[in-house]
Amino acid sequence: MQRTIFDADHDAFRDTVRAFLDKHVVPHHEEWEKAGIVPRELWEEAGALGLLGFMMPEEYGGGGVQDFRYNAILQEELTKIGASGVGFALHTDLVSGYLLSYANDEQKARWFPTFCTGEMITAIAMTEPGAGSDLQGMTTTAKLVTNDGDPYYLVNGSKTFISNGINADLVVVACKTDTEAGAQGISLVVLERGMEGFERGRNLDKIGLKAQDTAELFFDNVKVPVANLLGDEGKGFIYLMEKLPQERLTLCVVAAAACRSVIDQTVAYVQERKAFGKPISAFQNTRFTLAELETEARIAQVWVDRCITELNAGTLSIDDAAAGKWWTTELQKKTVDACLQLHGGYGYMSEYPIAKAYLDTRIQTIYGGTTEIMKEIVGRMMGL
Amino acid sequence: MSDLDRLDHRFTPERLALKEAGAEFTRREIAPHLQQWEDDGILPRELHKAAAAQGLLAVGYPEEAGGEGGDLLDVCALQEGFMAEGASGGLIASLFTHGISLPHMIAHGSAYLVDTFVRPTLAGELIGSLAVTEPGGGSDVAGITTRAELIRGDDGDSHYLINGSKTFITSGVRADFVTTAVRTGGPGHGGVSLIVVPTDSPGFSVTRKLDKMGWHASDTAELAYVDVRVPVKNLVGEVDKGFYYIAECFVSERIALALMGYGHAFRALELAAAYTKERETFGKPLAANQVVRAKLVEMRRRAEVARIYTLDVAARHVAGEDVIAEACLAKQTAVEAAVDVTNDAVQLFGGTGYMHGSEVERHYRDARLLPIGGGATEVLTDLAARLLGYAS
Repeated sequence: MQRTIFDADHDAFRDTVRAFLDKHVVPHHEEWEKAGIVPRELWEEAGALGLLGFMMPEEYGGGGVQDFRYNAILQEELTKIGASGVGFALHTDLVSGYLLSYANDEQKARWFPTFCTGEMITAIAMTEPGAGSDLQGMTTTAKLVTNDGDPYYLVNGSKTFISNGINADLVVVACKTDTEAGAQGISLVVLERGMEGFERGRNLDKIGLKAQDTAELFFDNVKVPVANLLGDEGKGFIYLMEKLPQERLTLCVVAAAACRSVIDQTVAYVQERKAFGKPISAFQNTRFTLAELETEARIAQVWVDRCITELNAGTLSIDDAAAGKWWTTELQKKTVDACLQLHGGYGYMSEYPIAKAYLDTRIQTIYGGTTEIMKEIVGRMMGL
Repeated sequence: MSDLDRLDHRFTPERLALKEAGAEFTRREIAPHLQQWEDDGILPRELHKAAAAQGLLAVGYPEEAGGEGGDLLDVCALQEGFMAEGASGGLIASLFTHGISLPHMIAHGSAYLVDTFVRPTLAGELIGSLAVTEPGGGSDVAGITTRAELIRGDDGDSHYLINGSKTFITSGVRADFVTTAVRTGGPGHGGVSLIVVPTDSPGFSVTRKLDKMGWHASDTAELAYVDVRVPVKNLVGEVDKGFYYIAECFVSERIALALMGYGHAFRALELAAAYTKERETFGKPLAANQVVRAKLVEMRRRAEVARIYTLDVAARHVAGEDVIAEACLAKQTAVEAAVDVTNDAVQLFGGTGYMHGSEVERHYRDARLLPIGGGATEVLTDLAARLLGYAS
């Protein structure tokens, strides 16, 4: 089934992305997996090519094009080559959304230019050691202090599982400005590298996403100027709810692209690999398995493309994003598992892309809201 | 698992004692170091000696070959003890590699082979591997291409000249000897023999230590044989009977993998059950959610069915029944339970379950080998179809 959402400009952008990744990512990703992090230079090279700031206004050095199809292309191409460590999506798909919607003019002038060039790497911090998908349970506080010179927020607490956590220069931190007000007490405060009391823990060792730096962040009486409040105080939870569909759509895009990629790899493998004197593809079981996976991958892609169109139109609903998130990521898990099985013993060897894909995939049904939370959302939206 | 033990008539007091011995050894000698061994990618030789000193390596092997006696159900009880205390798949595979490298020698080998290789291995002094799989072969045992040519010399000087390569060989990096499947005759099942190759033989080399998704504590090797000379006395049993000797071990090997499978499942379930009672989200423990409880029950159901069926097939094997097909079904039942239950456990742990060093993630990675190793599920299903008379 042909995808119909792209035009010639998108195809050209895809070519640009592909050429960039072939040159700057493919030859190095394995070494970054060993290092546990992607070098900052990659961000600057991507920024120079316009890959990081295409959605930002032109006056700040961006491309001025808010069209999620470009975001999708970037993620699809990264996924296709298994570049799971390159955390551009946090920047281009997540943080960009918050900054574009809620940054004031002074903040735009301060942050957008280096956001676009890749000199400033960004992250968003919601999860805490004691609160994963349960955002209202967060305990990081930002207390407004007005009696000590210029007013500032005194931020205390910690966050964990923060992607880009080591590289990030700017972190949008969800915290409680009012501990009594529940969801209405949550605000988004922007912390920047170098602020006193803002420390990073170790680069967390995960079972997959090996080149992606993921860190704990610690805030010990960090004085954050009020100028770094993003949007209005007390609106943080609403902002998060508004932007989560976009984050979840990114994960859907990755899921559909990963299904496509591992099926293609496996189709090639089963035709070449022989067992019992014939190619594995000659076994009926192989054909049925792949036919089922192919069918579902096509269905997933249609859903994802429709969600992209809806996001661009401003109509992507919370429940459509949630439904897509759990279904496509569970499909991705099932697909990668079945494709690994068709690779036999080689599929278990770390050097094979399918082995890496298996471990990279396992987080997809957990982060960005677990499958269980997605089902809660869909159920609630059904009035249950 | 103590409730289950009391209900299971197969586990006599002696077997329960074996299980406890395995559990106790795991708590004392393994658990404190396991993460280190997983990270090192290899087990220390001293562990083999320590396990042998406790009499744990020789359970299930005949006394005349240096074993402690006992049958497959005794081995099951022992391994349950290891798994219940959180042993890893790689640890079991590497510490008990003799479970696949020795049985052919014990059943068909000469006194020389038993004295030279079997006894010292059961005593923890030697480490042996079994090498069947080849880079082009996978589960296709009859398709072996590593060649052993008989070179006749003057009285007693005859030897085999071996050329070829093997891959995915458990404990192959540390092995002192490798029971190697070679082609001595024509194509197919009938031309395969087993020859014990000492790893200090000139021309034998470990070409690579393989990096795997799981089973990290187990060293897995790619081996090369270039004009390796091995005396004829190292042939196990009769020439060209190797495939049948290997096939005789299919039941015990598949039962061992099934045991590992439900062992992972029970352990992951136990960890997840404890975690969901303690972890609070939205102001209440995870276990207060109906779907969480239902998931735990489903995990338990899968693990129990796998265990009871595996033990039933093992008991029938011990009783002398031909259960090759049933062993395939038991393995599939148990390893699918392992893959699914460990996956569910990771999901219940959330982001924490994705972090290196959390025990559930290790079981999750280890379990994924089981539907592949020791005969891929697809291959075993085809075999079962033939054995059960469903093939045309």
